[in-house]
Amino acid sequence: MSIGTGTDLGGTGLGGLGVGGSGPGDQPGAGPLPPPVSAPIRGRRIQLPRSPKIIAGLAMLAVFLIVAIIGPIVAPYSPSASSSTTNGVPQPPSAAHWLGTTQTQQDVFSQLLAGGRSTILVAFLAGIAATILSVVIGVSAGYLHGRWADDLLSMLANFFLVMPALPLLIVIFGFLSPAGATNDLLIGLIIAITGWAWGARVLRAQTLSLRSRDYVESARIVGERGWRVVGFEILPNLAPIVAASFLFTVLYGVGTYTALAFLGLVNPEHWSWGSMLFEAQNSDAELSGYWWWYIPPGLAVAFLGTSLALLNFGIDEFINPRLRAAGVARRQAKKSGGQGLPRRFELGLTPVVRSRPAPGAAASTVAASTSTTSTTSVAASTSTTPRTREQTS
Amino acid sequence: MRVIARRLLFYIVTAILAVTVTFFIPRLMPGNPVEAVLSHLMGNVTPATIRSLEQQYGLDSKQGLWGQYTTFWVHLAHGNLGVSTSYYPSTVTSVIRSALPWTIGLVGVATVISFVLGTLLGVLVAWRRGTWLDNLLPATTFFQAAPYFFVAFIALDIFANRLGWFPTGRAYNQLDFPGFNAAYVGDVLDHAILPAATIVLCSAAGWIVGMRNVMVTTMDEDYVLVAQAKGLPKRRVIWYAARNAVLPSVSGFSLAIGFVVSGALLTEIVFSYPGLGWILLQAVSGRDYPLLQGIFLIITFAVLLANLAADSVYVLLDPRTRQEA
Repeated sequence: MSIGTGTDLGGTGLGGLGVGGSGPGDQPGAGPLPPPVSAPIRGRRIQLPRSPKIIAGLAMLAVFLIVAIIGPIVAPYSPSASSSTTNGVPQPPSAAHWLGTTQTQQDVFSQLLAGGRSTILVAFLAGIAATILSVVIGVSAGYLHGRWADDLLSMLANFFLVMPALPLLIVIFGFLSPAGATNDLLIGLIIAITGWAWGARVLRAQTLSLRSRDYVESARIVGERGWRVVGFEILPNLAPIVAASFLFTVLYGVGTYTALAFLGLVNPEHWSWGSMLFEAQNSDAELSGYWWWYIPPGLAVAFLGTSLALLNFGIDEFINPRLRAAGVARRQAKKSGGQGLPRRFELGLTPVVRSRPAPGAAASTVAASTSTTSTTSVAASTSTTPRTREQTS
Repeated sequence: MRVIARRLLFYIVTAILAVTVTFFIPRLMPGNPVEAVLSHLMGNVTPATIRSLEQQYGLDSKQGLWGQYTTFWVHLAHGNLGVSTSYYPSTVTSVIRSALPWTIGLVGVATVISFVLGTLLGVLVAWRRGTWLDNLLPATTFFQAAPYFFVAFIALDIFANRLGWFPTGRAYNQLDFPGFNAAYVGDVLDHAILPAATIVLCSAAGWIVGMRNVMVTTMDEDYVLVAQAKGLPKRRVIWYAARNAVLPSVSGFSLAIGFVVSGALLTEIVFSYPGLGWILLQAVSGRDYPLLQGIFLIITFAVLLANLAADSVYVLLDPRTRQEA
C-alpha cells in the first residue's frame, strides 16, 4: 500500500495566514491546480525539512513557552503593584525597572512576563479546540460527500468563514460579563467557535480527494468499517494539514485575544499582552513617546505570531516542494561553486538540483525536491537557459 | 449566472443567520437584556429610555419569542436599530450613518490599494525567486503576525509624534464642515495617509505571500513553458501566469476581508479616526449594546457585499465557472 502524502492541495500555500493565499480546493476551478505531487516517503517516518524557517520558528516558540510557564514566577515585581511616587509620569527603562514603568509605576517587564501565560494559554486552548472541531467537521463532511450531512456541514463552515469574526466576538464578549472576561478556558473556547471553519474547509477538500484514492477504496471494499477507514487510512495522511491548521488557529487566537483585550473586553487586571496595550492606549502612551510601554507587548505578540507563521511556512514547503525548491537550489548552487546550474530561476523552470556524485554533496535534503520534479522540466531548464540568460542581460 | 445566483442565495441565508444571532445573543445571556443595558447606563435613565429599550427588545407587548423575533425584523426593515445609550438620545442608525462614510473611504481605499500592491509585489517576488527579493518574505511574515494596532502605535509615535509629519489623529482639523473645498479635501487626505498606510502595510503582506506561493506553482505549468518556448516577450509570459495565479487570491478574498476589516477598525481606534472602529470602542467601553449589535450587523452586511463582489469578479475572470453553470 502506498503511503504517499497526497498533496494536491491547490498549491496555494497553507500558511501565509490563509490571507488571500488559500484557494479553496473544493470550488470548481479554484485556480490552476498543480499536478499531484507525491513524495515517495521511505518508511513511515515523516521527516520535516530542516529548513532555517522551522528551526527559527521552533526556537522562538520554545522561548515563548518557557515564558508562559515560568514568567509569572520569575517576574521581579507584581504586575499590578503600583505606587504614585513620580506623579503619574511613566519612567523610562532603568536598572530597577528593565523596561520602565507605566503611569501608575507598575513594572512593564513584570507585566510582560506575567501576561505571556494568559496570552499563550488562550491561544493554544483556542487552537486545540478549533482543530478538534475542524477535524471532526471537515473530515466528516468530506467523507460523507454527496449526502445532506456534507451540505449542512459545509454550509456551517462557509457561514463562519464569511462572518467577520472579531465583531461577532465583540458582541458576545460585550454581553458576557460587564467587568470583562477573566476565564482563560472560556475565552479560548469562544475564540475557537469562530476559528475552526478555515481548517474544516481545507480538510474537507483534502478528504474528498483522498477518499477516492485506490488504497482507501480497497480498504472499503475489504470491508473495513467507516471509522476505521477514516481513522487509519485517511487521518494519518491529513497530518500535515491538521498541523498547519492548528498553527494557523493558534496564530488567529493570539491576534484575536490580543484584539479583544486591547478593546477592554477582557478584564484589564487579568494581565495579558493585549491588556497591556489597552492600558497604554488609554494613557496615550504612543502620543507621549512612552515607547517602553507599548513596544514590548506589541513585539511579543508579533514575534509569537512570527514563530507560528514560520513553522507554518515550513509545513507549507513540506506539503508543496516547489515552494522550497528555490532555497534548496540556491544553497546547493553556492556549495557547488555555481557550476552547471543557472543561478536565477525564472518562469517555467522548477529549479532542480541533481545531487551529483561530487564530494560533500548533501543528498538528503535535495532528494525530496529532485524526486518530486518531473523530468520534463529538467530538460526544459537546460534547453531554455541560454535564451533566458540572453534576455536578462 | 447560476453560480452568482447560488452565491447570492448563500449570502442572503448568511445575512438572515447573522440577524438571528444578533437577536439571540442578548437573550441567551443571564438576566433580561433591558436590565443588562440599564445596569450600564449609570444614573441618567428616564422612564422613556426604559420604555424605548423594552420596545426595542420587544418586551413591552408580552409577545412570545417568535413575536419578538418578527418585531426585530420589522424594526430592522425600517432601519430602526434602537437608541444608542452612549450617544443618547441619538439612534443607532444615525450614529452609524455619521461614521460609515469615514470607514468606507479609509478602509475601502486602503484595502483596494493593498490588494493591488500586494498582488503585484507577489508576482515580482515569485518571478525573481532565488534573488534578494526572497528576503522580503520574513519581513512580510512579521507584518502579518503583528497586530494592526501595534503597527499603528509605532507609526503614530514616529511619524506624528516625533517627526510631526502627520496629524496625530482624527479625520480633519476643522470643527465645522466647511464645504468641499480644496483645503478641506487636502486636510482629510493629510489625516488619512498614516492610518491608510498602516492598513496597507499590514494587509499587503498577506496578499504578497499568497500571490507569491500560487505564482511559484503556476510558473511551472506547461502553458507557461509553452508561452516561453514560443518566444513571447517575458512581459506577456508573466502576464499569462499572473492572470491565472491571481484567481485563488480573488476567491480567498472572503477569508481575508474579515481580517482586514477587523484590523482596520482597530487601526481607526488608535488614530481616533471617527469611523466605525471608533464608535465601536465607544460602544464597548460604554457597554452600549444596541450600538454594538448595530455595528456588528453593518459590518457583516458590508463584508457579505464585498464577498459577493469578489465572487462576481471571480466568475467574470474564470470562464470555467461559467461553463459549469
